[in-house]
Amino acid sequence: MNFVVPDFYPAAAEILVAVMALVIMLASTFARRVASDLAYGLTQLTLVFAALVSVLVSPNLLAAVAAVISELPLFGVRLAEVLMSLAEGYAANEVVATFSGMFIGDMLGGLLKVFSLLAVAIALLYGRGYLADRKIDRPEYYLLSLLMSLGMMVMISANHMLSLYMGLEMMSLSLYGMVAFDRESPRATEAAMKYFVLGALASGLLLYGMSMIYGATGSLELSGIAQSIYHQAANKTVLVFGLVFIVAGVAFKLGVVPFHMWVPDVYQGAPTAVTLMISSAPKLAAFAMAMRLLVYGLFELADQWQTMLMFLSVLSIVLGNLAAIAQSNIKRMLAYSGISHMGFVLLGLLAGVVDGDRNFALNAYSSAMFYAVSYVIMSLASFGMVILLSRAGFEAETIDDFKGLNKRNSWFAALMMIVMFSMAGIPFFIGFFAKLSVLQAVVAAGYVWLAVVAVLMSVIGAFYYLRVVKVMYFEEPVDSTPIRAQGEVRFLLSANGLAIAVLGLLPQGLMSLCAYALLASL
Amino acid sequence: MTDMQKLYLLVPLAPLAGALLAGLFGKAIGRAGSHIVTILGVAVALAASVVIFQDVQAGNTFNGTVYTWMKSGNLTFEVGFLIDPLTVMMMLVVTFVSLMVHIYTIGYMHDDPGYQRFFSYISLFTFSMLMLVMSNNFLQLFFGWEAVGLVSYLLIGFWYERPTAIYANLKAFLVNRVGDFGFLLGIGLIAAYTGSLNYAEVFAKGSELAAQDMAVTGWPLITAICICLFIGAMGKSAQVPLHVWLPDSMEGPTPISALIHAATMVTAGIFMVARMSPLFELSDVALSFVLVIGATTALFMGFLGIVQNDIKRVVAYSTLSQLGYMTVALGVSAYSAAVFHLMTHAFFKALLFLGAGSVIIGMHHDQDMRNMGGLWKYMPITWITSLLGSLALIGFPFFAGFYSKDSIIEAVHASHIPGAGYALFCVLAGVFVTAFYSFRMYFLVFHGKERFGNNHGHHDHEGDHDDEEVSADHHHGLAPGQKPHESPWVVTLPLVLLAVPSVVIGFFTIEPMLFGNWFKGVIHVGSNHVGLSELAAQFHGPVAMALHGLQTAPFWLAMGGVVLAWFFYMVRPDIPAAIQRTFRPVHALLENKYFFDRFNEIVFAGGSRLIGKGLWKAGDQGIIDGVAVNGTARLVGWVAQISRLFQTGHLYQYAFAMIIGVFILLTFWFNLV
Repeated sequence: MNFVVPDFYPAAAEILVAVMALVIMLASTFARRVASDLAYGLTQLTLVFAALVSVLVSPNLLAAVAAVISELPLFGVRLAEVLMSLAEGYAANEVVATFSGMFIGDMLGGLLKVFSLLAVAIALLYGRGYLADRKIDRPEYYLLSLLMSLGMMVMISANHMLSLYMGLEMMSLSLYGMVAFDRESPRATEAAMKYFVLGALASGLLLYGMSMIYGATGSLELSGIAQSIYHQAANKTVLVFGLVFIVAGVAFKLGVVPFHMWVPDVYQGAPTAVTLMISSAPKLAAFAMAMRLLVYGLFELADQWQTMLMFLSVLSIVLGNLAAIAQSNIKRMLAYSGISHMGFVLLGLLAGVVDGDRNFALNAYSSAMFYAVSYVIMSLASFGMVILLSRAGFEAETIDDFKGLNKRNSWFAALMMIVMFSMAGIPFFIGFFAKLSVLQAVVAAGYVWLAVVAVLMSVIGAFYYLRVVKVMYFEEPVDSTPIRAQGEVRFLLSANGLAIAVLGLLPQGLMSLCAYALLASL
Repeated sequence: MTDMQKLYLLVPLAPLAGALLAGLFGKAIGRAGSHIVTILGVAVALAASVVIFQDVQAGNTFNGTVYTWMKSGNLTFEVGFLIDPLTVMMMLVVTFVSLMVHIYTIGYMHDDPGYQRFFSYISLFTFSMLMLVMSNNFLQLFFGWEAVGLVSYLLIGFWYERPTAIYANLKAFLVNRVGDFGFLLGIGLIAAYTGSLNYAEVFAKGSELAAQDMAVTGWPLITAICICLFIGAMGKSAQVPLHVWLPDSMEGPTPISALIHAATMVTAGIFMVARMSPLFELSDVALSFVLVIGATTALFMGFLGIVQNDIKRVVAYSTLSQLGYMTVALGVSAYSAAVFHLMTHAFFKALLFLGAGSVIIGMHHDQDMRNMGGLWKYMPITWITSLLGSLALIGFPFFAGFYSKDSIIEAVHASHIPGAGYALFCVLAGVFVTAFYSFRMYFLVFHGKERFGNNHGHHDHEGDHDDEEVSADHHHGLAPGQKPHESPWVVTLPLVLLAVPSVVIGFFTIEPMLFGNWFKGVIHVGSNHVGLSELAAQFHGPVAMALHGLQTAPFWLAMGGVVLAWFFYMVRPDIPAAIQRTFRPVHALLENKYFFDRFNEIVFAGGSRLIGKGLWKAGDQGIIDGVAVNGTARLVGWVAQISRLFQTGHLYQYAFAMIIGVFILLTFWFNLV
């Protein structure tokens, strides 16, 4: 077996992150006194640069971003021209596989990487003050988040069961560590323990499923698997048996019913900064994992997995919304709300193939992706607000902590209201368009009853979002400590909240970006 | 984006910027700052409109999308502009009248505490109205439609401490909802059957629509669409029976009565029907419906003007009647005549309203004509301009109103559409009535005995009352011995500037607008309708038309009205009172506005309350409270219990749930095997 030097170019962003992780590890060992600040700064730089590199290595993505930017007013057109000129310099290959087919560089991956890297960067920025207040902003935290990002990137670009599994474990192990980062706190340790054991179980299920698929098709490469099934060379019984376990593994990562049990406990137990992290970027990675495994690898079995996803999504939407109503802890409430949102993402994924007709696929998957991205934006803002209300020695955890927020700081109350309205799917915020596009995909696929269930449940779900708004505006504050936060957190949180409103008015750009990405990658 | 396209964008955005600045930063930039930014915004819009006008004259029209808001299925929601002669004419009228009203407001609202708010609103209105007229699709039209409605609502209730103002703005809002409901249904039908909201695309499918029947009911589709759209126009343009809100809207400050409730917003319905002429032409039934409604409004609302004593209400009823004339013109396919009358009316009616406002300032916010008289001595500019406005309104030859109104009457005369006979009677009788109430007002206000200064039951003012002071407080009146005097220049300047077009605009524009090519390709008249073609054959220039006008029935009817008004109110003021006594039932009918309000109150308001009560008892308390709210609460409690049962915190149970999940998923596998 002769070794071929792989094409490193498509993986430039991953390599950058990996190298920087090592650099930060070394640097924080030697520069002990400023280790935390140094690690934080370098991590943020790395994340932003990696996001840039992810765009630059994908000419398609560059061109698509340019097309969206050219729609913007003022300097949009000129900026787009600059980007287009950059895009011309590169090969126009749509999909590049490298590392012996382990790794794939395509626009879907590029876009998801950009979003998740930025999400991690934002989450770190929001969480920094929180960690510092609790004296746990050690450099290892930033190192772990960088390694988690690396895991996500590998997962997003995986073209092979093994590379996907490796990325997944890298991400999960880092997250376990982060959940347990406040090692003095028994709650956090317990949460980490639960997360770890259940995660191990889910990984086991996934691995088992993968081995079944390998047994049936004789391939671990996703495209090879697809080929093999297409030529009907595989034993279908074994395939579907394996598929069940793969779906279970994916469902665990997304946190959908009945693989959701860890979600509320971990969200509540983990330090809020970590909850923020878990609830944002990893959801995009899990979406990518679902796309890679189910759509790229096992598309021929769509009829089977779509029915399974339907079962999971209905349960998630119903249980997530109803259970959220009963919560008084806001982190738990948002956990259940996240479960129902992931159910909506599944709605998009399950509407791709109708009676063997694949024309719906592009629309359905892009709506699911749009939903996932919108959810991450909203989730960042909502947990960002929870962090904002916390301070040294005080955890803002219950909905009551939001009482009278309008009196304490009307600007942040307004932002929280935007976030809650958007999550409830009230027009015209981004959450509305996310729900609308997913529901349209479901209706187009002919599952009207599913759309009806989803809408009914959203109406019930609106209750607990609106309760937060009511508490903020119509009740007296319990504690009137003024809200303090660093300038950059204020700024970014405002931008985040406003983005929800602005994207709600002008959703077309983000929507078409998702659609382009899938069009160029499917 | 070409330079012209940037200019198109500038037209609505400049007033919007002014509105935002004055509205959000009104306190910071102060009173003067607010009126400067808003006036600047509107002036920029006017200047841009003039440039665009010249460009359109050179033959450059535009129809395109500015921004695609979203795509939903096959339907695209867009923001787009359609710049053609009709649009640019409306743009000029709107921006010009708006500018005049902005300037006038400086004087009228001088001491009002809501000064900045008022400027912000009227600029916002200008923005909305421009969006409405410049739209190239139904969505944006509807946006503008609702936005002007909203601002109208806000401005009618501008003095929100007054219960009457709140009542009036609520009424306007509710009545407009009825119209908008029809309008929305019409747009919905169009979207459902053509799959498009773009004018050009919809018009192209017009004949296709005409061939179809509506599902289930079997009604001709095009008729249903047109009538639904027209119901929207009836609400906005105050046609019988949806007219009831307009007289009450006079509760708002006078500048907005001139801008919104006379010159621009209320004509949006007329504009919309003219814009939709390719659709309306396909349905004779809809046109007849339009014609009869318009004719009824034109005559019967005119009658009401005769018995009003509030100066603004007289003008309001005259507006209703004139809107009726425009609607009649639409009904006989003389769209260009309707739009022409819309334009001339915008000028002279704005003039009359602002003149009335000037009188009200002079009278220290007393609006009762019985307390006026002989004002010509004290307010010469207001007097002359109001006379010119009144002459234009009654259609005196060579004045703007003459050309437009005469064209409408001639067009009705030439039409053969069902209902044309009734319409002709109404518009002719309407001429007499218009002349009578207009000059009744004119004589009562400006001539005759000076009746002001009498103690008429209102609270008095101290003698040291500053004459410049204009306050929000209503119904002061003049103190005994106090004389009214002419308003400041910011009030009279717009009067003069509006008087000029009120006199001459008809003379100069009738030829291109009615008989030339100005509206070619914009307004569509079907071959089976006469429209203005017979008129065109008889037209030999504006001078000939005016001279011929001296020999026609409308002129003598108008003169009859003027003379009768002079005789009744100048020579023998005892006669009206005698008539009033003799025909008490008729007077009561007019006094109560044909009992429309009473009817609405009993049937609609009462009916709604009855239904509301029923729904509250059965629906709210029974179903919603009983089943939905308490039921949901029970369900939630139950689910929470169940989930708590599982969510124990014990790891092995969580793992167990996952295994159960896998087992359930495995049933799919069993099914397959």
